[in-house]
Amino acid sequence: MTVATVPGRKARVPRRYVPVLVTAALFLAMFAAGGIRYEGFATGQIILNVFIDNAFLLVVAVGMTFVILAGGIDLSVGSVVALSTMVAATLLKQGWSPWPVMMLVLLIGAVLGLGMGAIIHYFEIQPFIVTLAGMFLARGLCYTIGARSIPVDDPVFTAFAQTRIDLGADMWISPGVVVAAAVVVAAAYTLHHTRLGRNVYATGGNEQSALLMGLPVARTKIAVYTISGFCSALGGLVLSFYMLSGYGLHAVGMELDAIGAVVIGGTLLTGGSGYLFGTVLGVLVLGLIQTIISFEGTLSSWWTRILIGLLLFVFILMQRLITARRR
Amino acid sequence: MAPPAPILRMRGIGKQFPGVKALDGVDFRLLPGEVHALMGENGAGKSTLIKVLTGVYGIDSGEVELAGRPVAFPGPQAARQAGISTVYQEVNLCPNLSVTENVVIGREPRRLGRIRWKEARRRAAELLGRLDLHIDVSAPLSAYSPAVQQMVAIARALDVDARVLILDEPTSSLDKDEVAQLFRVMRRLKEQGIAILFVSHFLDQIYEIADRMTILRNGRLVGEYLTSELSQVDLVAKMIGRELADLERLEDRPPAREGAPLVEADGLGRSRAIEPFTLTIREGEVVGLAGLLGSGRTEVARLLFGADHAGTGSLRIGGEPVGLRTPRAAIRHRLAFCSENRREEGLVPDLTVRENIVLALQAARGWTRPIPRRRQDELVAKYVSALNIRPADPEQPVRNLSGGNQQKVLLARWLILEPRLLILDEPTRGIDIGAKAEIQRLVAELSGGGMAVLFISAELEEVLRLSHRVGVLRDRRLVAEIDNDERLTTGALMETIASGAAS
Repeated sequence: MTVATVPGRKARVPRRYVPVLVTAALFLAMFAAGGIRYEGFATGQIILNVFIDNAFLLVVAVGMTFVILAGGIDLSVGSVVALSTMVAATLLKQGWSPWPVMMLVLLIGAVLGLGMGAIIHYFEIQPFIVTLAGMFLARGLCYTIGARSIPVDDPVFTAFAQTRIDLGADMWISPGVVVAAAVVVAAAYTLHHTRLGRNVYATGGNEQSALLMGLPVARTKIAVYTISGFCSALGGLVLSFYMLSGYGLHAVGMELDAIGAVVIGGTLLTGGSGYLFGTVLGVLVLGLIQTIISFEGTLSSWWTRILIGLLLFVFILMQRLITARRR
Repeated sequence: MAPPAPILRMRGIGKQFPGVKALDGVDFRLLPGEVHALMGENGAGKSTLIKVLTGVYGIDSGEVELAGRPVAFPGPQAARQAGISTVYQEVNLCPNLSVTENVVIGREPRRLGRIRWKEARRRAAELLGRLDLHIDVSAPLSAYSPAVQQMVAIARALDVDARVLILDEPTSSLDKDEVAQLFRVMRRLKEQGIAILFVSHFLDQIYEIADRMTILRNGRLVGEYLTSELSQVDLVAKMIGRELADLERLEDRPPAREGAPLVEADGLGRSRAIEPFTLTIREGEVVGLAGLLGSGRTEVARLLFGADHAGTGSLRIGGEPVGLRTPRAAIRHRLAFCSENRREEGLVPDLTVRENIVLALQAARGWTRPIPRRRQDELVAKYVSALNIRPADPEQPVRNLSGGNQQKVLLARWLILEPRLLILDEPTRGIDIGAKAEIQRLVAELSGGGMAVLFISAELEEVLRLSHRVGVLRDRRLVAEIDNDERLTTGALMETIASGAAS
């Protein structure tokens, strides 16, 4: 009820940075622990490998960050990723040249997002339901195209898959990482230095207020889903560079990984608070868990899921405590 | 001397909601460089008129002219661009954003699409400086008090080239100094030729600041008057449409009571909320709680009701020790709590008046034993007429009722439980004089009937008029418990609040 400013506590870190810092500390601790426990773990390439293996997830999580910051949720991203790989692989097989294929895939993703955003806003339906429907729709469309995995042998795509960009000191990244990094930079700029970005924060903070303040809430809400759809399609392209195939069973459950990365990165599920840098850290934490488990060797890969589940619990509880103290 | 041409003129405005005629042929004009008060009881149509003016609602009939030209605003944004800015009672800003952003968002200075933060911060600081407010503009808005947030909202309203500034109950959550600061700002804006439409329930404030007033009653225009030519008594009579004598003043002080102790709190406390306190409430007794905002008034109520868990101490009800872990347990012991946030913590806006009233009774009976519809209708009809809830239609969604009537619905919900202790947290805040007097009279009647009441209010006069005993809170501590006898005055009470000791 009261928001008294308590004197003498000025030197502390602003509370809005706490979740991101906790995630950063967690990442460093995991990295250090891995380095002590396993030989050959504490190298720069390990982190770069995490990026290489999760570039598509990072791209998708960036889109998800927009949606969650604006107070929504997008469950359709995994299916849109799969649909994108499927459309790309099929068209390439039919002899389309790669660049128009990429354009078309990105367009399909953005239009799907736009449609869902418009339904969510104009019919005032819960985003959960609308994007759940979108999830089934996109996944179903994959199977109307084909039930089997379709290999990609287009030279441009294989070039993307096999190129190693040397960073010196025995470290390298894939072109997918470059795409992901560009997306992250563009998104961070948009969120913090453009009107659209600030409107996203305002809408997520208090939609009613944002409306009364005269902000274009409708446009903002539809924009975030469009961005998320676009990012999913781009993530799908990055995934098809990585897998060199299109398949209706690609990226099953990926929406949950993306939401998990965003939440672990310290973005409040209620919207309005969080940073894109947190999402990057969230993806890194998820990837590092997988890496540690593969280094351990004896553990089943399902332990990744268990650990992610536990982490999510911890982070949601932490968010709750932080917001509760703010009251 | 002929008055200057009105900047804003509304003629024959009508607005219909399902089942309610909110405005009916209302005329209104606003002159540049004046503070114009819009007066009326709750439900008189003030809020509707403002929302029509600012484009939140469409108009069913009538016309609006701004600076001589007819206008029709499709939305709040259009009204703002035309120079009509509004600051609402509940601060409508985004607490998660910085002060700077709250002032400039939507109109950020940009270069090639990139927001120029430095320039934005400078402009925000400058605008706040015009209001004599010097704060860290890069801190999040949530770090500041409601008063500061209100000022930020005004600064935002001024950032556009505002010709008309609407202040809808801006003072209801401000303390005296903050109100004085707001009035200084309003006078300065007035000198700059801005027309200010001001809504407040505090008559003293109206008489201090307003030049002219328009009075509405039941969605109709009563008249437009110069403040200097209308006495307070006449104003009240025009607002409520009755003679003041009908308002029947309560006797100065309620007679003292010697009932059996009903609720005894011994060393009850919760860390960071309220220091351990000892308080006894007797049957048929009204205990007032006085103290500043944030002094721990609500916290005491929440502990007694089990809405928060007590960290220390014990509670006895009717002589038996009880541990109230949840409000449900408290309701079983026939305690009732009317929260101060009637919108957030009390009413369900989409349910009807009837459904809202029977909610607590139904919950107390359990969902397996529904209350027969006929019994519901009887109960609801009884309380709708007893509390004079308007409109007297039990099937009206509560959302469509005015603040004072919503408060009465909430009160009715608890009264049908026939509680032994009724906790009222700021029951009269933000509601008009007529409804206020009705609620006060009701409290006196209930206590006469043997019900104990814990009455929390920021208005000391009200506490004094109703209470048998007054508990004074300061800095989250119960500092004094004073019998309300001849010697106790608002002055003495204020002194206790200020000094922290009974004088």
